[in-house]
Amino acid sequence: MAADTTTRPAPPEQIKAVPVRHPGRWIAAVVIGVLVLMFVHMLVTNPVFQWKFMVDNMFSAPVLRGARTTLVMTVLAMLLGVLLGIIVAIMRLSPNPIVSGAAWAYVWFFRAIPRIVLLFFCANLGALYGTYDLGFPFDQQIMGWLGLSGDLRFLGLNGNQIFKGFTAGLLGLVLSEGAYMAEIVRAGIQSVDPGQTEAASALGMSRAKTMRRIVLPQAMRVIIPPTGNETISMLKTSSLASVIGVVELTDASEAAIHLYFKAIPFYVVASLWYLFFTTVLSIGQYYIERHYARGSTRNLPPTPFQKLMRMNLSFRRRSYTYTPAGTQEERP
Amino acid sequence: MTEDKVPDGFSIRSADRPAVEIEEVYKSFGRVDVLQGVSMTVREGEVACLIGPSGSGKSTLLRCVNHLEKIDAGRISVNGRLVGYHERNYRLHEMHDRDVARQRRSIGMVFQRFNLFPHKTALENIMEAPVQVLGTNRAQALGEAKALLAQVGLSDKAGNYPSQLSGGQQQRVAIARALAMKPSLMLFDEPTSALDPELVGDVLAVMRTLAESGMTMIVVTHEMAFARDVGDTVAFMDGGVIVEHGDARQVITDPQHARTQAFLAKVR
Repeated sequence: MAADTTTRPAPPEQIKAVPVRHPGRWIAAVVIGVLVLMFVHMLVTNPVFQWKFMVDNMFSAPVLRGARTTLVMTVLAMLLGVLLGIIVAIMRLSPNPIVSGAAWAYVWFFRAIPRIVLLFFCANLGALYGTYDLGFPFDQQIMGWLGLSGDLRFLGLNGNQIFKGFTAGLLGLVLSEGAYMAEIVRAGIQSVDPGQTEAASALGMSRAKTMRRIVLPQAMRVIIPPTGNETISMLKTSSLASVIGVVELTDASEAAIHLYFKAIPFYVVASLWYLFFTTVLSIGQYYIERHYARGSTRNLPPTPFQKLMRMNLSFRRRSYTYTPAGTQEERP
Repeated sequence: MTEDKVPDGFSIRSADRPAVEIEEVYKSFGRVDVLQGVSMTVREGEVACLIGPSGSGKSTLLRCVNHLEKIDAGRISVNGRLVGYHERNYRLHEMHDRDVARQRRSIGMVFQRFNLFPHKTALENIMEAPVQVLGTNRAQALGEAKALLAQVGLSDKAGNYPSQLSGGQQQRVAIARALAMKPSLMLFDEPTSALDPELVGDVLAVMRTLAESGMTMIVVTHEMAFARDVGDTVAFMDGGVIVEHGDARQVITDPQHARTQAFLAKVR
């Protein structure tokens, strides 16, 4: 074979063998098929679902308002929670023991308190002080020592007015989420090879710049999947805010149930909205993960759309194969 | 016992000005004494190779030169300026991180494991520090980065991520990245130890060209042929001290100290 360099050897004949039979797979498929049929049968025949009534109410004004509140609350709580988490995580990794100790205490405290207790607490902060002022710490005491009266304050907020409903709910969720996100971000930062920080320092980059430009973008690969999890979890946790009077999706559905005395259709409405939001968030997560995968794999995985396009082409032109790099190559 | 003095009659290319002065440096990690009184001088344009068994302190010494490791005693200066400390009224003051970073700009470093930024392309790796640290405008940095890539023979790999490059290519990008800061001194920490044998040659060729252009270099290496042919001086380290230090060809081909002889006999 090696002696003959002018003509290629003929390709070997492909193996045609009898495939192994898998009766277990067939049995499993039949069992699952029957269960699915039974489920669909229940959905169609059981009158309690009241599909027409359900669809009519899915887009009714109170339900839509509730769904919007749920979405806004989730997005805001996650944005602020991630920001807080990054700050606490960086503090936790500080060489200063006071700073890292404070970050540790924060995580310890807010992970220990159940979210529902935290929400009740935030809704009652108005009871702690009537007004919340922004000003100089211990101003009254200091003015007293100086023999003066009065204070050094420039912004007063009524405690009972700000700590209620949406703001209180958001505050509780952000404080709690910040603690969980801090641990996720810390894990991400620590997953980055210390050689990266060394290389950046050797090039004369400052600590802050190294963190922002070199470490965090690489940590993102580790941070994104659990953050997606947290976001989806937050979508559902936000329903806890209904206990302090926030009219979000669950609360709006409950209210409708009390109005119409029809429970199942409204629980289906709420479930469908949660399903829809989760689907949208999962798609978003996929693309964010893909963005931060740059350089970590030799080639980015194709998007579902690209996969679809390629499938189409391979149906039409059988003789072409696609290399992972996405370039066409004719089969020999 | 230790032969610290550099003998006369060296083939040193440029002026006799010292680029790096290391005086009686001690360093320990916990209870492990890694450097136990190391002194050496590297002149401008000199290629100094550090050889010796693993654990002898060569890499630690190199990392002390750009203050990636703090020394416990002694002093190190680069281009006449103390590394990591200010000296005022005969007292040492620790340098602020910002000033350490400023000092490191003129000291390039190449690592055994390359340490390229995996989320940036070869070109972006090279442009990162000039743009972010020196404030060079992007167009100029891009031009310089392309020229450096051409210099290390990788013009066609500009858009590749490190994971799409072989070890030898990655190390050449890493050298280009260090050169982009226009350093006056280059530190190489076993630059070919993580490479397949067939890729070592390309990296050594780039380093040889750099040496011929007059760059001051300190190279920790196990490549004895490189040390002999490209190095001006060779220091053999063992147990945290410099055992033998002298003209590269002489130390490698005709070592005087028994420990150097034993080491070189094993490496060959």
